[in-house]
Amino acid sequence: MNLTLRVWRQEHAQISGAFVTYPVSDINPDMSFLEMLDVVNEGLIARQETPIAFDHDCREGICGACSLTINGIPHGPNRATTACQLHMRFFADGDTIVIEPFRAKAFPVVRDLVVDRASFDRIIAAGGYVGVSTGSAPEANALPIAKAIADRAMDAAQCIGCGACVAACPNASAMLFTGAKVMHLGLVPQGQAERSDRVLRMVDQMDAEGFGGCTNYGECHEACPKEIPLEAIARLNGDYLRAALSSREEDAA
Amino acid sequence: MQLDAKIPSGPIEQKWTKHKFDLKLVNPSNKRKHSILVVGSGLAGASAAASFGELGYQVDCFCFQDSPRRAHSIAAQGGINAAKNYQNDGDSIFRLFYDTVKGGDFRSREANVYRLAEVSANIIDQCVAQGVPFAREYGGLLSNRSFGGAQVSRTFYARGQTGQQLLLGAYSALERQISMGSVRMFPRTEMLDLIIIEGQARGIVTRNLISGEIRSFLGDAVVLATGGYANVFHLSTNAQGCNVTASYRAHRNGAAFANPCYTQIHPTCIPVSGDYQSKLTLMSESLRNDGRVWVPRVQGDRRPPANLPQAERDYYLERKYPSFGNLAPRDIASRSAKEVCDEGRGVGETGRGVYLDFADAIDRLGEHTIRERYGNLFEMYERITGENPYHLPMRIYPAAHYTMGGLWVDYNLMSTIDGLHVLGEANFSDHGANRLGASALMQGLADGYFVIPNTISGYLATAHPTPIDTSHPAVRAAEAGVAERIKRLLSIGGSRSVDSFHRDLGRIMWEHCGMARNAAGLRTALQLIPELREEFWNDVRVLGVGESFNQSMEKAGRVADFLDFAELMCTDALHREESCGGHFREEHQTEDGEAKRNDHDFAYVAGWEYRGEGKAPLLHKEPLTFDNVPLATRSYK
Ligand SMILES: Cc1cc2nc3c(=O)[nH]c(=O)nc-3n(C[C@H](O)[C@H](O)[C@H](O)COP(=O)(O)OP(=O)(O)OC[C@H]3O[C@@H](n4cnc5c(N)ncnc54)[C@H](O)[C@@H]3O)c2cc1C
Ligand code: FES
Repeated sequence: MNLTLRVWRQEHAQISGAFVTYPVSDINPDMSFLEMLDVVNEGLIARQETPIAFDHDCREGICGACSLTINGIPHGPNRATTACQLHMRFFADGDTIVIEPFRAKAFPVVRDLVVDRASFDRIIAAGGYVGVSTGSAPEANALPIAKAIADRAMDAAQCIGCGACVAACPNASAMLFTGAKVMHLGLVPQGQAERSDRVLRMVDQMDAEGFGGCTNYGECHEACPKEIPLEAIARLNGDYLRAALSSREEDAA
Repeated sequence: MQLDAKIPSGPIEQKWTKHKFDLKLVNPSNKRKHSILVVGSGLAGASAAASFGELGYQVDCFCFQDSPRRAHSIAAQGGINAAKNYQNDGDSIFRLFYDTVKGGDFRSREANVYRLAEVSANIIDQCVAQGVPFAREYGGLLSNRSFGGAQVSRTFYARGQTGQQLLLGAYSALERQISMGSVRMFPRTEMLDLIIIEGQARGIVTRNLISGEIRSFLGDAVVLATGGYANVFHLSTNAQGCNVTASYRAHRNGAAFANPCYTQIHPTCIPVSGDYQSKLTLMSESLRNDGRVWVPRVQGDRRPPANLPQAERDYYLERKYPSFGNLAPRDIASRSAKEVCDEGRGVGETGRGVYLDFADAIDRLGEHTIRERYGNLFEMYERITGENPYHLPMRIYPAAHYTMGGLWVDYNLMSTIDGLHVLGEANFSDHGANRLGASALMQGLADGYFVIPNTISGYLATAHPTPIDTSHPAVRAAEAGVAERIKRLLSIGGSRSVDSFHRDLGRIMWEHCGMARNAAGLRTALQLIPELREEFWNDVRVLGVGESFNQSMEKAGRVADFLDFAELMCTDALHREESCGGHFREEHQTEDGEAKRNDHDFAYVAGWEYRGEGKAPLLHKEPLTFDNVPLATRSYK
């Protein structure tokens, strides 16, 4: 296959970037999208040009490192597929492909297609855990959890923290990401003790990081490679409202 | 150098309890005066760092990814073993211990393995308390499955994403400590050397992967949890960043490297499709429960599979191992696939593949049942290959997957360098010459949550490290060494990319030190590797500058270390004149092609000491004794 790539190049966060056009030839349709970029990079190195920087690690859709917006869509056109699992056979000979980083105020560009998503870690640090220290856990089967509940918790817990939801959202909102953790821990009994505190702190952090609000576009769910349900956002809103009201009552009391 | 395992005395069931009592404790009010450096945030590193933080130590934790949540542990699929005996099928701590020693082909240390089995149950308790959504039965209790040929159901799992869920549990515990200020996390920070002062591991030299800044961190103890080195083969099931750098740098500083040649090749991976290939995707082993493995009977038969009548197919596993058939153990299944491909009977464009055919199972059970059992795997296969396995047999081939070898550690998980502790896949301790499925996750978390938090206090309470700062000459020297190496890599200005060297090294290792090894091949490799290394240092092209985000630069350092390490691996493989577990020496097999162990001469851990560039490493032996599991030969016929 022969393709034209328009790739975002930016040397570092302090300077502005621009698209650069690269004609590429002899792309094998069995290559993954990232392998295609590897081949492009080999060509650049051969011509003494700086290779394109992009994040990746597992290359099997689970680590959440890869973070490319392909033709305007985070992770590209295929449903439930990360960029590393997207294969070139889904493109046609002669296509022009535009490749950009995940764009959001809270995800500053590090270089080219690499962004800084530490804001996600800080949201988890604000409350995305059960406060149980090593050694203090009760016997695992002491607390049964209905299979249906455990399965739904798993649906939410599958989030890979890639940030596609933010990149897809016109408001750059992190509600789906935050909601996924709130939903996961809110469903299981182990998460109940800190449920109110958790949601308040995580939402505060989310706002402090500069993520936008949710106005129900639903683009996040469409872009999510793990198909995290929109129910996560509803649960986040529900928990938040409940927690905010009860904390106000406590303040008043 | 002495390989003193420091195994506590007494009966095996009491060793750990007794040892915990004997270990010196650090007074609670003194804990915050001790700082610990944890390199790695996978299952082993994240669990250790979080637990240290909870105990009150000051912790610095490092990883090269942009977030601790992305460590390679995230990719583990199948599950985690634990001796809970929830299924009432006869499991026990002793049985898990027994299976692990036997599965490791009698090349692991009994006392460590027993402790692993002993703490396994606590791991499940801990993870459930963190909210890990393990699979459950309708009654609400935890579900188990049997995995990797085990005769009991002791594997806990979270869909096909067990590693992800366990790592996110450990990561959440880690983030909690970060928010409380007891752990400082340094992502995108790569350890490039170890700092030793007065014989004790006291620090690390790192490179900030965004700015390129070289910076040292000091502490009272260093813990490496930096994962395995299967990427020495270039193509493997591991993540792209997995490397041997931290372990190898420690080795150069005096840490013995144990059994580097013990590597595990997984039989069911998607085959290589072309030169551009960057990784090999694992397809779950469970597929072999219903799929039948075959190749054409005659060499060079390129007809499409559907056109081959039954009589012209060779179901070679069923033929050779009538009782185990397609469920033959990992190493056997892998080697047999290599054999038929070497005979020119492999399938697919490259001829390096065998069929895994579900046609019979679909006839027998219906497509619906097969979809229920393997739907997501079939989808993944189709996504990658573009072929529909409901209609065409899958093509699979073995790939490098896991490394049992690693830095040598004693019972306290301390290496031969005082204060340097090693956890998870990076150490060698528990799996002998072959790891059982679902046991790596167990070991990583056992080491991090339950072993090291205890044993580190024994070290810290007695080590009396002297106060130092980064102006210490040893620190300056280590930093200068790191800076010099980076400068050298950038100044070569050769003609070949880093990847091209990695690919060449991978070919050498796969060919000569892969699934089957022989003396002649290993000697060839030992000649080719130094030549390739020489070429690398003369002709590699690393563009850009050190003081920036420079992925070629990162990779160059890692490949340079693989080029050194590969030689050690081949040296170890050549010296071990026996076949055991994942190490198959063609010279040492029975008439039917089964591995032939040599307990008389090789029942020991090979710990290699580094003696300087260009010098042969020195072999030290830790003899292994089997007092609780009698030495026996595996059989699968
Ligand atoms: C595809 C696949 C499936 C698997 N499935 C299973 C399974 O079902 N069950 C099972 O038990 N096991 C399984 N395994 C094996 C298991 O996943 C690993 O052995 C285990 O997760 C290793 O954990 P770890 O903590 O030791 O290392 P890792 O998770 O590899 O973590 C290494 C850490 O070290 C850091 N690091 C490395 N080098 C440096 C450096 N120089 N400087 C700074 N940081 C560094 C990395 O950033 C990372 O944080 C599987 C493996 C693969 C590849
Ligand atoms: S590289 Fe891991 S999800 Fe894409």
